[in-house]
Formats: sequence, C-alpha cells, structure tokens
Amino acid sequence: MTTTKFPLTVDIDESEPSVLDRVHEWIVTVDHKRLGIMYISLALVFLVVGGIEATLIRVQLAVPDAHFISPEVFNTLFTMHGTTMVFLMGMPILAGFANYLVPLQIGARDLAFPRLNSFAFWITCFGGLLLYSSYITAQALYGGAPAPDFGWFGYAPLTEPTYSRGNAADYWIIGLIIVGFGSIAGAVNVGTTILTMRTKGMTLGRMPLFTWITLVTQGMILIVVSPLTAVLILLFLDRALGAHIFDTQAGGSAVLWRHFFWWFGHPEVYVLMLPGFGFVSEIIPVFSRKVIFGYPVMVAATVAIGFISMSVWAHHMFAVGMSPAANTFFAVSTGLVGIPTGIKLFNWIGTMWGGRIRMTTAMLFCIAFLLQFLCAGITGVMLAIVPFDWQLTETYFVVAHFHFVLIGGLIFTVFAAFYYWFPKATGRMLDERLGKWHFWLFLIGFNLTFIPQHFAGMLGMPRRIYTFLPERGLELWNLVSSVGVPFQLAGVAFLLWNMIRSFRRGAVAGSDPWDAWTLEWATSSPPAEYNFAELPVVHSRRPLWDLKHPEDPDWQYE
Amino acid sequence: MTAIPLPEPIATPWRLPRRGPVGMLLFIVAEVSIFGVFVTTYLNYIGRSLTGPTPAEVLHFPVAMTVALLSSSATIHLANGALRRGATTRFLGFWLATILLGAGFLLGTAREWHELIFDHHLTIRTNLFGSTYYALVGLHASHVVAGMVLLLIVATFGLAGRVRPAHVERTDVLSLYWHFVDVVWIVVVTVVYVIGR
Repeated sequence: MTTTKFPLTVDIDESEPSVLDRVHEWIVTVDHKRLGIMYISLALVFLVVGGIEATLIRVQLAVPDAHFISPEVFNTLFTMHGTTMVFLMGMPILAGFANYLVPLQIGARDLAFPRLNSFAFWITCFGGLLLYSSYITAQALYGGAPAPDFGWFGYAPLTEPTYSRGNAADYWIIGLIIVGFGSIAGAVNVGTTILTMRTKGMTLGRMPLFTWITLVTQGMILIVVSPLTAVLILLFLDRALGAHIFDTQAGGSAVLWRHFFWWFGHPEVYVLMLPGFGFVSEIIPVFSRKVIFGYPVMVAATVAIGFISMSVWAHHMFAVGMSPAANTFFAVSTGLVGIPTGIKLFNWIGTMWGGRIRMTTAMLFCIAFLLQFLCAGITGVMLAIVPFDWQLTETYFVVAHFHFVLIGGLIFTVFAAFYYWFPKATGRMLDERLGKWHFWLFLIGFNLTFIPQHFAGMLGMPRRIYTFLPERGLELWNLVSSVGVPFQLAGVAFLLWNMIRSFRRGAVAGSDPWDAWTLEWATSSPPAEYNFAELPVVHSRRPLWDLKHPEDPDWQYE
Repeated sequence: MTAIPLPEPIATPWRLPRRGPVGMLLFIVAEVSIFGVFVTTYLNYIGRSLTGPTPAEVLHFPVAMTVALLSSSATIHLANGALRRGATTRFLGFWLATILLGAGFLLGTAREWHELIFDHHLTIRTNLFGSTYYALVGLHASHVVAGMVLLLIVATFGLAGRVRPAHVERTDVLSLYWHFVDVVWIVVVTVVYVIGR
C-alpha cells in the first residue's frame, strides 16, 4: 500500500517558453483578446503603409508641375491608399476593438464562435497580403500597371479587361473578395455574441453604448458589405470568364456598378464612423464623471443612422445625370442623416456640461473629434445640395470633406481609444506627456493638411490629378497641405514610440485606472484567458458603479 | 457604520437564444444581400441583350427541379422531427431522401445547362442574358452544392450510427440554411422563368 503525501508534487515546467513557442501560441490562438490585438496590429501595419502612400502623393503635389514620381505610379498610389485605408486599416482596426471589447463589456467568456473568429482574422490578413503582392507579381506583361490604378471605387468600365490589362485588377478583386469574407464572418460572430452571450441581467437596454453601436454596425456590415463581395464576384466573371455585366460595349451598364458600389460605399462610411461614436460615448462620460446624457436617444440615433444611411448612396452620383426626382430624394435623405448625428453631438456636449472634466490625452482626442467632426458634417450637408455638388464633386473639396470624417472623426477617436483601453490590454498606462505631444502634433498636422484642401477644391482642383500648373492660385494651398504631413507623421511616431515604451516601462495600471463603470474594468489588466473569475448580476447600465457605491446604486434611477 | 436597508433590485428573468440559429440567421441576412445584388442585376438587364438567344426562345419552366427542391424542405423538416423524438432510423431515411432530392435538382440544372450550351449555344460570353443567367442560377446552384456537402457529412455520421437526438440542435441549424436555399429558388424561378420570359 502506498501512502499519498500532501501537497502533491507535480512536475511543472517553469522554464520560459521559447520565442518559437510564443509565436506558435499566437498563431494558433482562438482567444478573442489575442485576435483583437492581432487585428489592431495588422491595421497599424497597413496604417503605416497607407500613410507612406499618402506621403508620396503629398510630396508629388507640394509644388506645381512636379515630376517626383511618374503618373503611372501616382495612379497606383491613390488607388492603393484608398483601398488600404478603408479595407485593410479601417475595417480591421474596428474589428479588433469589437473583438477585444465586446465580450469583456457584456461579461462573456469569448466570442460565440472562436474558431470562426480566428478564420476571419487570418483570411483578412491574407486578403491584404494578396492585394499587395500585386506590386511584386502582377508584372506588366500586357502593358498593364503593376498595381490597381483605377481609383478605390473601381468604376466600370475602367476595370474591364479592355481598359485594365494585365492582372493588377484581378489582385484587387480577389483580395477584396477575401477580405469581404473575413468581414462577414466577423460580423456574424460579433453579432451572435451580443445577441446570445450577455451576462445575467444585461438586457439590451443596459448594454454599454459601444456594444450597442457595435451591434448596429455588425448588422450594417451584413447588409451593405456583403453586396460588395457579390458585385466583385460579378466583375470577376467579366474579367475571368468573359461575361458582359459591366461591359458597356455589349450593353452592360457602368451606372449599375456605381449604384452597387455606393450602396456599399456610403453606408461603409457609417460602418467605419459608428464605432468611433462608440468610443466617444464610453470615454467622455468617464472623463466628465457623469452618466451619458440621453442613453435611449443615443441608441435610437444609432439605429436611425443605420437605417437612413442605407437610403443615401446616390448622393455620390448627382453628376451621373439621374432624374430630378431621384436627385431630390437623395438630397433630402442625406440631409436627414444629419439629424441623428446632430443629436449625438448635443448629447456628448450635454454629458460634458457641468461635469468634472479630466483633460487626459484620450479626452483631448475626443474634444478635437467633436469640433472636427462637426466641420465634416457641415461640409457633408453642403455636398448634399445638388447644385453645390455639381460644382464641387470630384474636387479636392470632397477629398477634404471625407478626410475630415475619417481622420478628424474616426482616427481621432481611435487614438482616444488607444489611450483609454491600452491599460486594459497590457496592464500598463500609456505615457501622458508623450501622449500630449502626439495629440498636438497630430492636431496641427491634420488641420494644416486638410483645411487648405477645401480651398483648393473650391478653386477647381480636381481630385486624383497628377500635378497642377503654376499661377492658378493653387500653389499656396497645396504647399501648406504638404507641410502638414511631417507633423502627422511625427504624431504617429510618438504614438508608436509611446506604445512600445509604455508596454515595457509604463506605470502599472491596475484593473480600473480611470474609475470607470463598465464590466471590462471589473477584471484584471490584462484579463486572464477566461476573462472573469466571477461576474456580478447586472442591474443597471453602470454595473461597476453599483458595486462601488452600494449605498446609491444606479438601478434606483433607471 | 450602520447599514442602510435598501430595496433589492427586481431580478430580471434571464433566457437568451441559442447561438447556432442566431449565427445562421445573421449569415442568411448577408446571403440575402448577396442574392439581392445578383437578382437586381438580372432584373436590370432583362431585354437589354444586343444579340440572341433570348430567354423566351430557350428557357422552359423547370417543374421537376422545383418540385424536387421544395419537397426536400419538407423531408429535412420531417427528418429533424424524427430525430427530436429519438427515431434515428426514420431520421436517416428522411435525411437520405433530402440528399436524393437535392441531387435530383442539381441533375436538372446540369441537363438544362447542357442543353443551353450545346443546343442553343448560350454561354456566359454570348450576351447579357447569358452572363446574368449563369451568374444568378450558378450562384444558387453553388449554394445547393454547399448544402449537399453539409448534408452528406451528417449522413456519413448517421450511417455510422453516431447521430443522436441531442444533435438535433445542430441539424436544425443546417435545416435553416437548406430552407433558405429553397426560398431563394422560389425567387430565382420567379425572376428568371416568369418575369424574365
């Protein structure tokens, strides 16, 4: 008979895992937190790539009649810049945040389908790599371009075999189809998670606003991003099998492509922008020490934006020559979408009003977002006015408008989100002093680059133009616009340096550095693989407030 | 410190839907959008072909195919009902019948395409009708093929005696997809063989 001794001695391998083992762990992971971080890292890589492309464009346009790069290369640059920033930077970074935050905010163990999640990430990654391998492998055998060169919205018939010789367009089509499959898989997964895996007591009316907005966004991805995949398949039938769907010489319609593309393309702006609203709706209340103003109205406005945004697509097509009735309809619906958006702006201001505001870097980015997004919204409503649009469509005014939306709006909120949630993901605070440098440099650079483009556009400078002639009044605006670029680059460099440095040596964050109220701050930083050891039953929209203040819980007032 | 007596919050009854069906329904939303593009394209190009052949010359209403596919929706429903009651043999019978009906449908598509290509010389390159016809019908047929693969996997497990009543949660999800493919066929038939002709 053997005797058992306590404690049991177990051989545990306590040696450090090798680098190879660690890499292997990341590659085979199905953990939503790791995949979220991988999505965000992938997006940051493509942010740098797309940023380099934009820098080259601005260098070429800094002075009139420049020949810094060839016109052929210039065409591939603006095409790849747009494609990269929308599909390989914007979509993955938001998928990354949704991946990381949604299960933590609703108190779930992981996403609903973890393996599907891993599949979605890797297919997005390889779709992006396939698109970029165009530069290496799509040799100009048939006198074609080495990379897609028809603009990021690929207007028919420019993408037909007759006009896009070689294989560059095929790389673009297949790359985007693959990335699209990743988006659909991700949307199904995150949507299902929110609908079926909320912790006890978290009704839809008690979900954090970021989660609410993510739910609406996933619905929009399913309804508007999947048609892009479909229409790309149709285009590929044209190129690969000789179909005639967008072949104008065989009766095909170029306008049909435009309708399909903008049916995707306009709501896509909101797919990108809404998560930014979500970040702001989480960050502003915490740094104003107040409950979000008008929670139900915020939710209603989000859903309204989702619906209305699907009826505005043809405001990109006023110059096509639609009927006056169609023009009127799309002008009115575009104006309408400004109402829920305006409601949101007022609610954020209402949240800050009378609050004890803490001017952290995250909060600074949110405040700059409010002002810049307001400008973007106003130029958006201007462009919805048909005769105004006839004058300024396809000019730098439009370029300035949507960069105010996507950088001044979205990217500023993404930066705010970095400062706010980095402590949760790594357990370390980002450095505030470096953060202020990042903020001010980027703020100055962004406005220097994009405010002048409004004026260049109003003076008649077309977008996507290779160069411009002197003495047309465009020199100053373009020069100032290019001068802003190094400021933005320096700002991003500060962010990247801050992240690397703080990851190693930043102040230890603890589980709840901001004294926040949503569930992700209830677990350790970084959270354990299982997320929560135990979960409170949720009784209100601020479950952590209820725990911290049992004498005055929120559910008494909701 | 004195404890302040507080009213307890009212407990919320807590029951959430199962993730399998919800995931499939969300996927179907995406699929509806994809088919929406193909159907819109087809409708937009009716009568716009610059050369023949036209739909009226070459298409016949596919009665047998439609009957086969629509009946397969009924058989898969009966199969899952049987499995839920624990009648695994009955389940397997209806499941195999579903597969046979699906195969019959695909055979019908193959014969129709063969006739169009070799007798009427209509390919995807011929004209807009050919392009949109093969795109839409082909998209639907590829969904039937995908469904057949999934049905066959379940059938393999079933023949090996591994499908138990507890698995009805999963076969239910598959049947949602199969019903969707059926409903889409009704739309495709209406668009291609009724409106388009």
